[in-house]
Amino acid sequence: MAQITIENLGKVYPGGTRAVEDINIDIADGEFIVLVGPSGCGKSTLLRMVAGLESITEGTCSIGGRVVNDIEPAERDIAMVFQNYALYPHMTVRQNLAYGLKNRRTPKAEIDRRVAEAAEILQIGSFLDRKPRALSGGQRQRVAMGRAIVREPAAFLFDEPLSNLDAKLRITMRLEIKELQRRLGTTSIYVTHDQLEAMTLADRLVVLNKGRVEQIGTPLEVYRNPASAFVASFIGSPAMNLIAARAVPHLPGTGHAGLIGIRPESLIPSADGQIEMTIDAVEELGATRLVHGHVGGEALTVTMPADADLPETLRLKVDPQDIHLFQAESGARLARA
Amino acid sequence: MVENRPFLNFLAHVVLIFGVVVVALPVWVALVASTHESNAFLRGTVPMWFGDQAVHNYSRMLGTGISTSGMPPVGWMMFNSLIMALGVALGKIAISLTSAFAIVYFRFPFRMAAFWIIFSTMMLPVEVRIVPTFKVVADLGMLNSYPGLIIPLIASATATFLFRQVFLTMPDELTEAARIDGAGPMKFFRDILLPLSRTNMAALFVIMFIYGWNQYLWPLLITTGSDMYTIVAGIKRMSTVADTDPQWNYIMATAVLAMLPPLLVVIFMQRLFVKGLVETEK
Repeated sequence: MAQITIENLGKVYPGGTRAVEDINIDIADGEFIVLVGPSGCGKSTLLRMVAGLESITEGTCSIGGRVVNDIEPAERDIAMVFQNYALYPHMTVRQNLAYGLKNRRTPKAEIDRRVAEAAEILQIGSFLDRKPRALSGGQRQRVAMGRAIVREPAAFLFDEPLSNLDAKLRITMRLEIKELQRRLGTTSIYVTHDQLEAMTLADRLVVLNKGRVEQIGTPLEVYRNPASAFVASFIGSPAMNLIAARAVPHLPGTGHAGLIGIRPESLIPSADGQIEMTIDAVEELGATRLVHGHVGGEALTVTMPADADLPETLRLKVDPQDIHLFQAESGARLARA
Repeated sequence: MVENRPFLNFLAHVVLIFGVVVVALPVWVALVASTHESNAFLRGTVPMWFGDQAVHNYSRMLGTGISTSGMPPVGWMMFNSLIMALGVALGKIAISLTSAFAIVYFRFPFRMAAFWIIFSTMMLPVEVRIVPTFKVVADLGMLNSYPGLIIPLIASATATFLFRQVFLTMPDELTEAARIDGAGPMKFFRDILLPLSRTNMAALFVIMFIYGWNQYLWPLLITTGSDMYTIVAGIKRMSTVADTDPQWNYIMATAVLAMLPPLLVVIFMQRLFVKGLVETEK
């Protein structure tokens, strides 16, 4: 177990393409960090740099106080879970689990003990002698995690491990990973593009965009106080309404054009509401419904209870506390006056 | 065919049977001729049914051989062929596996150049480069020896290319997982790549064994002592005898015997062979 410190980390490919830039993250011992962002934001590259699968071209990464920039992946004391599991197809589950330990010349008895323990934790004991191809997707994913657990590493690295599973399994596995990480107390970095997965798993979120960190914080912090218009639109489902405003009064930076952000769930239907929205479309989600409409030329989405009436036009109000303001050009959050 | 019309079925069978007859007739003639007396083939009408000399012909060829033309017994020539075919097949697999491994998994200067040079040798089979190859082998003192039979045929662009394609289909994550699991390059090669290319190796073995077994021009050229004759080249030597008629019954018996090992290899490795050529899932 260890803390991971990432300082001014950057990656420039030989062709000059910049994948990530100036990343600073301090990960405490036992913390579950989720890197989240749209595809191409550099989150996988960042994880692979920590793993040692990509070389680090700028800055340093240290695991447990030791700078690992030039250390082979196998010697970084990390274990990684891959999106497509990457199990060795010709080995049984048991051999898959034991392979890394065998390469480290762990004594046979110790290997057996750890494999049995991991099998117990993940409930994969009944198919230890099967080949991966005889397993379902969920089972393969468990084996992949087992391979990480038996190593008893300083840190787990997860690279979108649930993307290949169906929606239902993804939710159960998500819970299991969370529970498992809490039980083992191993520092973990988890990459996903799914903001819901990120919110539910993370102790702290790192939101990445275009190779840069947009915000680091607990899921609730990020949700309540998004540091930029990008974070605001990326975290939270449905996405926050962002409305262009010509001028934002009573705020530093007045005179600049701005963006007004209101979460769909903050717009409350009310007879005395000031905002009059014309309804364009309705999406039923069962418990709630999403109402899409427009006010003037601006599109708006509102979350409403499923049983509420739907008039032609909806009168809405919003608590001033729930209004977020952003600069138009940079997208940076503007502090409230 | 989607439709099931009796006439089309009939037609399909006619075409196929015709094809089988065309292909099988020479084999049949060889089989029949190997059971007759030596002059049966020279009387003007080719016999189409078995004679009664089968036991005599085959035991003669497997035993003493035709000593008149200075030929060793068939068994010995088959042994030579076996050594050569095995050497060529296994050697090709070993060399092409390692070169494909180098080309796919290592970044070194002129990597692609190396690949294209290997690839371009596909256009230079033994027959094309036979004179310089003979010169090299002769200068190395390898005439009339097993290494001389095997080594010039051992490099294979086809096999290297095949293994390159196989390795390219291996998911990168597998390599990365092995790296994190602490497997160095050679360990990765041995523990992951080799077992996963098993079926491809089997397919290649079948093809290359037959290739090595059927080699004709090269052994004919460099084997001068009768103890190094291979069977395919030996058949040719038997049929060109001076001042007498070729003994077709013995020659055909030898030809039939020469067909057996490749046949056995195909029969026994067929399952692996087909799997190796069609299997894509890794």
